[in-house]
Amino acid sequence: MLKVENLHTSYGKIEALSGIDLEVGDGEIVTLIGGNGAGKTTALKTIAGLLRPGKGRISLEGRDITRTPAHAIVRLGVSLSPEGRKIFPDLTVLENLEMGAFSRPPGDIKRELDSAFSIFPLLSERRNQLGGTLSGGEQQMLAIGRALMSSPKLLLLDEPSLGLAPKVVETIFDIIKKINAGGTAILLVEQNANMALCTASRGYVIESGRIVLADSAASLYGNERVRHAYLGVSD
Amino acid sequence: MLFQQLINGLTLGSIYALIALGYTLVYGILLLINFAHSEIFMMGAYFGVFSLMIFEKLHIFQGAPFMLVACALAASMICTGLLGVIVEFAAYRPLRNAPRLAPLISAIGVSIFLQNFMMIVVSPESKTFPDTIPLHVYKLGGTASISSLQVIIIVVSVALMAALHLFIKYTKMGKAMRATSQDAETAKLMGINVNMVISLTFFIGAALGGAAGVLNGMYYGSVKYNMGFIPGIKAFTAAVLGGIGDVRGAMIGGFVLGILESLGAGYVSSAYKDVFAFVILILVLVFRPQGLLGRKISNKV
Repeated sequence: MLKVENLHTSYGKIEALSGIDLEVGDGEIVTLIGGNGAGKTTALKTIAGLLRPGKGRISLEGRDITRTPAHAIVRLGVSLSPEGRKIFPDLTVLENLEMGAFSRPPGDIKRELDSAFSIFPLLSERRNQLGGTLSGGEQQMLAIGRALMSSPKLLLLDEPSLGLAPKVVETIFDIIKKINAGGTAILLVEQNANMALCTASRGYVIESGRIVLADSAASLYGNERVRHAYLGVSD
Repeated sequence: MLFQQLINGLTLGSIYALIALGYTLVYGILLLINFAHSEIFMMGAYFGVFSLMIFEKLHIFQGAPFMLVACALAASMICTGLLGVIVEFAAYRPLRNAPRLAPLISAIGVSIFLQNFMMIVVSPESKTFPDTIPLHVYKLGGTASISSLQVIIIVVSVALMAALHLFIKYTKMGKAMRATSQDAETAKLMGINVNMVISLTFFIGAALGGAAGVLNGMYYGSVKYNMGFIPGIKAFTAAVLGGIGDVRGAMIGGFVLGILESLGAGYVSSAYKDVFAFVILILVLVFRPQGLLGRKISNKV
């Protein structure tokens, strides 16, 4: 599905990604975990086309998308739910969702909307409310729902648990599994390594712009270094 | 007297409101004060004159004054709209990632260029705006009256503003414009081609400014290469008064400014009429910098 090779991305002179390789297979949930400033968000933004890589190659189903602009990547079936949710505050819930389906023919919007509302019934109740007035958890649901409106083959999720109460985090992760069960591949970026490793089948650990570990989620969970640095286990 | 000044103010205000929309739409998306917009307005007036001259040469729409005005208006709006797109492409797009001051200076450059271009290529003298609509004056009771021209200016402006409102509120591209002005990066993630939305915004803003130019030319009966400066600055004031970046604010700001200016001219002195607008600008900037409908910058979308 997605293949990233030797990806370098810089902000001016500061290199945020120093050559990362990762892959997401069809229908897989893969997680990318790491600390603050490790380069997780940069990696997702580069894949989604918001940032231009300096070096390296990104391909989707064998097709090179390294230099494809962000709005065109959505059409190819990759959708990013950004860090901090980035809801359009002055658009209603319904309009936010419609924007998510911008790349879809008008005839399909109704169907996508129905499926988003079936995953997030709450959004249906709030459909005429402005996005900015939703709570954090509701906004996160809207962000994921909006990203699904383009009916992506690959969903990129940037810190869906950020700033949410533990109960809401559980709900969100249940929904992520449900979306995946429908056949959508997911690349999940998280600081909450515990939840991420319980949800994903494979994982990568990123530190200072480099992938330092790549393994199945179960073995990463058992890995001494991961337990120490990201799971808060100090034995 | 009061009623008469209100009618004059409404006429003036509708022209200000149309121009103000151009400032506010562009600011909403690029956070750029498009100082070339007053020259787009001026070009609109000239495009109106030129199309009327062409229609006369070709003997079309003669004897059908409303059709004639409607077509001249449409032709001018299309030309100014395209000019707006070209200006953005040539003068602002290359500076998209430059410091904020750079496109501002570029805008002033475009403004100077267009003025001098028209002065040299067309004429430094003012040009008569061809007669189109037969002038009728309708008595409205007492001493107040409204002219056929004023009716047309108000009706056309309100119709254009209503059309803009419906477009922004209900169409897919209108919603994309709002989304882009709230968060351009996230708009890209929706599959919105932000560059295209920016071009569209410049087209619409400039076309409305062009329409204002034609209406203004009809009202005052002449056009000149430097005619854009004062109405441009007043419309900018109107946009700030309403809350720059806010579409409804620009409309309300335009009408409020036009009416206050007319009242000032009528009750104080017409010699000071330009002063009122700028006094209002200063007062707004000091006491309510976010404008009537604008929100504090921290909420800026």
